[in-house]
Order: sequence, then structure tokens, then C-alpha cells
Amino acid sequence: MRRFGWHVICLVALAVLLYPIAWLLTASVKPANEILSSLRLVPERVIMGNYAEVFRGMAGVSVWRFLANSLIVSVGSVVGTVVSCSLAAYAFSWLRFRLRNVLFAFTIMTILLPIHVLLIPQYTIFQRLDLVDTYWPLILPKLLATDAFFVFLIVQFMRSLPRELGDAARIDGCGPIRAFAYVVLPLTRPALVTTAIFTFIWSWNDFLSQLIYLNTPKNYTLPLALRLFIDQTSQTSYGAMMAMSVLTLVPIALFFFAFQRLLVEGVATTGLSG
Amino acid sequence: MAVQVLGSRDVVRASRERQRRRYGERPGIAYLFLSPWVLGALLLTVGPMLGSLYLSFTDYDLFTTPEWVGLENYRNLFTDDSRFVAAVWVTVRYVLISTPLKLVAALAVALLLNRASRAQGFYRSAFYAPSLLGASVAVALVWRVIFGDLVSSPQYALLVIVALAVWQFGALMVIFLAGLEQIPQELYDASAVDGAGWWRTLRSVTLPMLSPVIFFNLVLETIHAFQAFTGAFVISSGRGGPIDSTLFYTLYLYQKGFNEFRMGYASAMAWVLVLVVAAITAVLFRTARMWVFYAGEDR
Repeated sequence: MRRFGWHVICLVALAVLLYPIAWLLTASVKPANEILSSLRLVPERVIMGNYAEVFRGMAGVSVWRFLANSLIVSVGSVVGTVVSCSLAAYAFSWLRFRLRNVLFAFTIMTILLPIHVLLIPQYTIFQRLDLVDTYWPLILPKLLATDAFFVFLIVQFMRSLPRELGDAARIDGCGPIRAFAYVVLPLTRPALVTTAIFTFIWSWNDFLSQLIYLNTPKNYTLPLALRLFIDQTSQTSYGAMMAMSVLTLVPIALFFFAFQRLLVEGVATTGLSG
Repeated sequence: MAVQVLGSRDVVRASRERQRRRYGERPGIAYLFLSPWVLGALLLTVGPMLGSLYLSFTDYDLFTTPEWVGLENYRNLFTDDSRFVAAVWVTVRYVLISTPLKLVAALAVALLLNRASRAQGFYRSAFYAPSLLGASVAVALVWRVIFGDLVSSPQYALLVIVALAVWQFGALMVIFLAGLEQIPQELYDASAVDGAGWWRTLRSVTLPMLSPVIFFNLVLETIHAFQAFTGAFVISSGRGGPIDSTLFYTLYLYQKGFNEFRMGYASAMAWVLVLVVAAITAVLFRTARMWVFYAGEDR
């Protein structure tokens, strides 16, 4: 009986918590006036017009284009972060060099550094390079291992690998480069997968840097395209806004369902809270 | 023979070299692996930090050369800019309200879920889900529509954004839950033997044992909250209204830098933010000595 009560409490709390998401899903098939007038979940009338409107595009750009742009940024970020952070993490955890501790302490420090203090000079640099309104300002930093948190995460993981593996590799004649490629990297896969998933989701959701660097609608990512709705005050656009919101959340939902265990474990073991 | 020919210094060098080879510790290789990181650290972190420090003492509009103005930006911030003062208060209120609420919600749900049950994994994932979704523009738009009337009220608009932040307590909850699972069962058994009730056990066993995790979450969450942006931007259409009631610090910084192109002024704001966040982190670490309990350590 106590067990039953516990489930009831958990489920009620969950229902309250997830209500906005459920409401969004049904709102996306409601007419605009109903979206604005009630918080009821069940639609009085189901229409598909909102989605049809989204697929007609915005500001003369197809929604597929926004989706492709978001994918370019996210996939580019994932590749960049995984490659550069694992290289750096290997140096910090398995190789010895004089400045190691100082540089690693610096990495930890930058995890806590507000990015706003870098934003303006970085913008000036990319502007000088004529890269504003391209995806490079969003991807290049990832290729240079600026996501210090993931360097830290992978270092922690690589440090936990048994040292004997390194000795064995050396006896077999592996230099540091081959030890990295054939011994350390394959064993680090769980940490790399966690890094990849979180990098994807965070860059998919990222708003500030995309807002700053991407200016023309054809280069817009999904969050920026959604933002176009903010400026429209006409009531009729609310339906399409909800439909497009659903579409932007679909990839995150897919990742969540596919990797929920990994995601939750990743948070639990590293304390990364976003 | 070799010793005589080479001389002792050379021998030492050679043996060091051999040792290095043996352990694969040629520093050149390490820096090769580190080269992307080094480039990033220099060009995208250290360089820009110094750059924005310099710009904060200048007048810079992105198109003409920066003009040195000394401390004028900083002086104007504190003496001549009522919107800056408004932004500081909005942000301080946001941090003070949202951080404790989020931590309490996370802790409460973690305590609720902390029991042996096959359903625990399911609940844990489900409560965590908003943490992944909530940072998006899409969910902020949903908030804007659901809380339509409150969003346009100067009194309540900030609370709507607080609600959006608290809604994403899931990640903290997962961290708390992992911490709770580390507390040895013997402590609970002992406390039960002593006849302690639920509340007493919470206060005397659970919370002290969990305090390092609480501290960790508190520090990260506070730093995080000072930098909140997306929710405020979407919910107030990028304006921080009504009547500046949601003018978050970072939103004002964005407006100054990227709407008005006052890059020097925005850089000064960024440095004030860094210093404030650093100071608050230092203060939190100071207070930690009074309430954070590390098991196995004398107090």
C-alpha cells in the first residue's frame, strides 16, 4: 500500500512537470484562437494546418534548410569536440610534460569562466576573418577544444584506465601515438559517447552564439528561425509557432529516448548539469 | 669504456633520455596532442580575455579603431546608467529566487526517488527530461504562450522565467540522487536504532552526508544563474520588458554590444560580471567551511 502511494505521488508530480510538453504537443494541432484561449490539453478540433504552414517555410526559406543548418552546426560541434578534447585529454592524463599541472588547472578554471567576457573579442576576430554569418565561428572553437568541461570529463575517464595497459603497449613497441590510437582511445569510448551526445544537444539548443553570428535567414538554425515568430504579433502565427517548436524538440526527444540511460549516468557521474 | 669517452654529464643525459623514451615522455609529442587545445586557449580564451579587458577601457563600435577612455565605461555603469542598475537587480533577484527553489525541488524529488524500486530508473529519466528540453527556444516560447498574461505584467514576468529555470531541476536531482546512494546504510540503521524519526534522520544523517554535493550544485547553479539569457530573451522578445522587469544582465550586455554596438561598454559589463561571479564563488567557498561536511574529516 505504501508502495502504491509512492507511485501515485511520483506520477502526479510527473504529470504536473510534463504538462507543458504535453500541452505543446496538442497545441500544435489546434487552431490559433484555441491555443491562446485555453490551457486545456485535449483539442476541440484537430487541424494539421499548422504543420502545413511550417513546411511552406519562413521568410522565403524552407524549414528543411533551417534543419540542415542546425545539423551542420551540431554535427560539426560534435566532431570537433570529440576529436580535439580527446587529444588534449590524452596529453593531460597519459603524457608528462612540464606545464601539465598549470595548464590543466587553467582548463578547470575556464569551465567556470562566463563566456560573455570572450564574446566581443571573439566576434571581432571572426569579423576580421570575414567569417560572420558562416558556421565557422560556431564550429571552429569546438575544433580547438574550448569546451573545457569535456576535456575534464575525458581526462577523468582516461586517468581511471589501468596504467598497466600503457606499460603493455610500450613493451609491445607502441609509441605514445599508437598507444593513444590502439589502446587508450578505444577504451575511452563511453566518455566519448557521453561527450558527443551532450555536445549535440547543447549545440542544438544553443541560442546566444547563433544569434550573434548568423544574420541572414538562409543561414538561420532552428532556434533562430523560431525566434522569427517572436516578432510576429499576429494571432494566426501561433499555430505554426507551436508546430515548429515541436519539430525542433524532436531530435532532442529522440536522443533522450535512445540514450536516456547514458545521459542520466553521464550527469550522475560527472555532475554536469548544463 | 663508453663512460670514459662520453664523460659523466653525457651519461646522465643519455640515461635520462633512455628513461624518457621508456615512459613515452617526449614532451614534443605531448604538445603535439595538445596543439589544438593550445591554439584554442591562446586565440579564443586568453587572447579574448585580455582583448575585452583592453576594450573595456575604450569606446569601440566595431567599425572604427577603439578610442581609449580610461575608466569612463566603468564610471558610467555605476553612476550614469539606470538600466544597468535595473539589470543588476533583476539578475540578483533571479539568482536569489531561482537557485534555492531549484535546489530544493531537486533535493525533494531526489529524496522521493531514493528507494529501491524497479521503477526508479524510469522516474529518474522522466524527471530529468525537462533539463534537456528547457534550455531551448522552443520551450521558452511555450512558456510565453502558457503564461501569456503574467508575461506582460512587470510584477510577475520575472517569476515566469524563474519558473522556467526551476522546471529544469532534473539534472541537479540526478546528481543529488547519486549522492544519496553513496550514503552508507549503516548510518541509517544506527539512526533507526537510536529511534530517530524521518525528519531527525534527514537533518542529522542525510543532509550532512550530502552537503558536499549540495555545495557543488549550489556553486555551479549560482554561476550558471548569473549568466541566464535564452529564457529572458525569448519571453521578453529580446527587450527585457515590461518596463525592464526581465532585463537580465546578459540581455542588457547583448543589447549594448550587438544592438547599439557599444562594444567597449559591453566589455566593461562582461568584466564586472566575471569579477562578481568570482567574488561570489570565493564567498561560497568561505562559507563552505561552516556547513560542508566531508566524511572522515574532523570538524
